[in-house]
Amino acid sequence: MAYATAHHEEHHHEHDEEIKVMGFWIFLVTDCILFGALFATYAVLVNHTAGGLTGKEFFEVPGFVSETFILLTSSFTSGLAVLSMHKGKIKPLIGWLIVTLLLGVCFVGLEIHEFQTMVHEGATISTSAFFTAFYTLVSTHGLHVSVGIIWMISITIQLKRYGITSVTKRKVTIISLYWHFLDAVWIFLYTVVYLMGVM
Amino acid sequence: MLDKLKDFSSHFFVTGEPMIYGADVAILLTLAGIIFVLTYLKKWKWLWREWLTTVDHKKIGIMYMLSSLLMLFRGGVDALLMRMQLAFPQWHFLDSNHYNEIFTTHGTIMILFMAMPLMFAFFNIVVPLQIGARDVAYPFLNAVSFWLFFFGAMLFNLSFVIGGSPDAGWLSYPPLSGMQFSPGPGQDFYIWGIQISGIGSLASGINFIMTILKMRAPGMKLMHMPLFTWSVLASCIIIIFAFPVLTVTLALLFIDRFFDGHLFTMTGGGNPMMYINLIWMWGHPEVYIVVLPAFGIFSEIVATFSQKKIFGYKSMVFSMMIISVLSYFTWVHHFFTMGAGANVNVFFAITTMAIGIPTGVKVFNWLFTMFRGRIQMTQPMLWTIAFIPCFVVGGATGVMLSAAPADYQYHNSYFLVAHFHQVLIGGVVFGFFAGLYYWWPKMFGFKLNDRLGKWAFWTWNIGFYVCFMPQYALGFMGMTRRIYTYDFDMGWGPLNVISTVGAFFMGIGFIFQAWQILHGIKYGERDVTGDPWNGRTLEWSIPSPPPHYNFAVIPTVTGQDAWWTIKEERKKKKAKETAAFSPIHMPKNSGIPFIMSIFWFIAGFGLTFHWVWVAIFGLTGVGACLLARSFQYNSDYYIPVDEIQHTEDSVGRVG
Ligand code: HEM
Ligand SMILES: [Cu+2]
Repeated sequence: MAYATAHHEEHHHEHDEEIKVMGFWIFLVTDCILFGALFATYAVLVNHTAGGLTGKEFFEVPGFVSETFILLTSSFTSGLAVLSMHKGKIKPLIGWLIVTLLLGVCFVGLEIHEFQTMVHEGATISTSAFFTAFYTLVSTHGLHVSVGIIWMISITIQLKRYGITSVTKRKVTIISLYWHFLDAVWIFLYTVVYLMGVM
Repeated sequence: MLDKLKDFSSHFFVTGEPMIYGADVAILLTLAGIIFVLTYLKKWKWLWREWLTTVDHKKIGIMYMLSSLLMLFRGGVDALLMRMQLAFPQWHFLDSNHYNEIFTTHGTIMILFMAMPLMFAFFNIVVPLQIGARDVAYPFLNAVSFWLFFFGAMLFNLSFVIGGSPDAGWLSYPPLSGMQFSPGPGQDFYIWGIQISGIGSLASGINFIMTILKMRAPGMKLMHMPLFTWSVLASCIIIIFAFPVLTVTLALLFIDRFFDGHLFTMTGGGNPMMYINLIWMWGHPEVYIVVLPAFGIFSEIVATFSQKKIFGYKSMVFSMMIISVLSYFTWVHHFFTMGAGANVNVFFAITTMAIGIPTGVKVFNWLFTMFRGRIQMTQPMLWTIAFIPCFVVGGATGVMLSAAPADYQYHNSYFLVAHFHQVLIGGVVFGFFAGLYYWWPKMFGFKLNDRLGKWAFWTWNIGFYVCFMPQYALGFMGMTRRIYTYDFDMGWGPLNVISTVGAFFMGIGFIFQAWQILHGIKYGERDVTGDPWNGRTLEWSIPSPPPHYNFAVIPTVTGQDAWWTIKEERKKKKAKETAAFSPIHMPKNSGIPFIMSIFWFIAGFGLTFHWVWVAIFGLTGVGACLLARSFQYNSDYYIPVDEIQHTEDSVGRVG
């Protein structure tokens, strides 16, 4: 009986964790639509500069290329973290997560720096419809990354405390899904906003 | 110092309106009364333990229902005030500004804080029971959804006495809702009240999709699911596609207002049409979000009270799925007249008319189910039958509106007001009333009085036609919506008086229903069988009200109408097999959803008044609650077998 209950319990928990991961996929679908609406707004307003400045004058190629590079790398390191988790190795798991979140911090730092320079040079959120749309779209992504960083710190602490269990495993799986998703969104941002902006 | 305080409070509190002072007093008295009663009866602990921290889907459903009925009252009072103002030409009961505030809050409250939560009430109360589950997929998230709705609605309602109500219409089109024309906090109350409760709705959408896909009893294939559950699935699919758009739209409006942005302003290159497109990309699907579950309710009721299997099950499922997809491609019909060009208008006119087809299929299926059935005229059935002609007329006027050239004539006229009330009241509200009468015994263990119910039914129905039929005519006579008064020589007076009388009849209907509930609590006929209607689906297989774990033993399903099948089998075998219990895994209660939603409320309040530090404080609190939850590891427990045995013995159903 004791065995049966324990077995039952384990089965139950795995089922629960699986449902949570699937639910997160649906959440990502809703987030896709959220970004989709923002992209649509941006696309409508991209030429609405009210006769003033355009993105071309402000986007700095080295800046956004290094942001891209850093974010792509962090997506890779979060993948390495998941690999270590599947091998059951806690130390590299925590290590890669920390590398990932540090890269995330660098990304957010660069973005804030980019915004600061732009504002300094006279392109604020209220300059024109184009800039409102630009800041809104890019900083929504940046906000997502920042939330991801805090979340990842919390999961790292939990891993230290509880080790690799079915619960922490699910949490790592979910945060890495989230992180890859933000990476994918950034690739669109990079193309639609920055590349097409400087071309 | 004192002058400063005076100055502040005269802006902060809404002053100068006797009605609002009355509301102030009423709110304070009610609050004092509640606090006194709870303290006197020593019920604080009980309230906290049994309700505020609950994660039980049935209790959450009941809380949704109560809040929504309260909001129906508030929205209804708004409606009566408007109808009173419009009853006579050149009447000066309300001034124009007050009228604007009232139609805005009425529309917003009715759709977002009455229809939506009443719908979630049914999701919560019925879906897990119908699919043989012990809970929803994410019980904690479910509680979060409820409290977000609740505090969002409270924030919105607060605008009446603090700061001032929004007055730019229920969809708040810019530039009217922008800083230039709505400088006060009213519009920000609108944004944050809806935003906060909207996040909760989105979470509910995800929650119920996963519940339906993953928590069904063994053997229940998708094509065995009761039609109400199917309608919930269809509605949730629309929710997850539509609500993120609402989130974005409101956020963008706020960015324009708070950061002085130019997305929708006429200066700075903004484009107000973008807002109108976005809001209707949510707004049109929204009406299908609330009407599909009503369709699901009718399907259950028609089958039960015709004592037959539903006619055309597969076509019912199929048409709901088609509606959920099509509903996303019709939004432009809300602004045919705004210069989109002929081709665009034609496309959206056709998609709009196309929705009528699957809807028609459903109506015929209900009629065929009733045909040659042994129909029982119970209260739920009455409302269902009243719905059919009402919806047919509403649908027909809808098709009239969807013809783009003709819409140039009806657009923004009272014809439209009559049309959408006909589908919203006849379809959604009547549907939800039918559902309330149908599942009431399951929720509370007693039936509602028939005689009072009939009074409520007839006053509502007669009132409805008296109120809204004249409005179609008024539309043709040139009366436009959202006007607060008109001249004698327009000739609109007589029909407006009639319409107002009808509105009061509906108000009387509501009073009968409130009376019915109070009467039922005292004298209601107990339901000891758990199956008062001789039902067909699994919720009727357990006692009323159900124990908190729902099913002591999860049933195995072999086809449609699972409970009916089980009953038939039992009749044949005569003996009831007794299954052995095993411990049941349940989630623990938690105070976090409630506390987190209070922080959201604080954040929303801060953002409304543009008090940055209050907002930051609130949002930090929200973050802290999320982290606290993330670190909570033992959030569930097992109910031991003897406790289940004990509970089952004490609620033991007869028969
Ligand atoms: C119970 C009886 C009701 C009455 C007598 C009533 C009456 C009215 C009136 C007089 C208006 C203002 C029309 C105008 O001046 O343009 C209005 C607007 C509206 N009503 Fe109702 N209503 C009722 C129920 C409902 C319900 C149940 C819903 C939704 C579920 C609803 C949704 C709306 C909406 C969305 C508006 C538009 C607000 C706006 O123009 O921004 N109403 N109603
Ligand atoms: Cu529509």
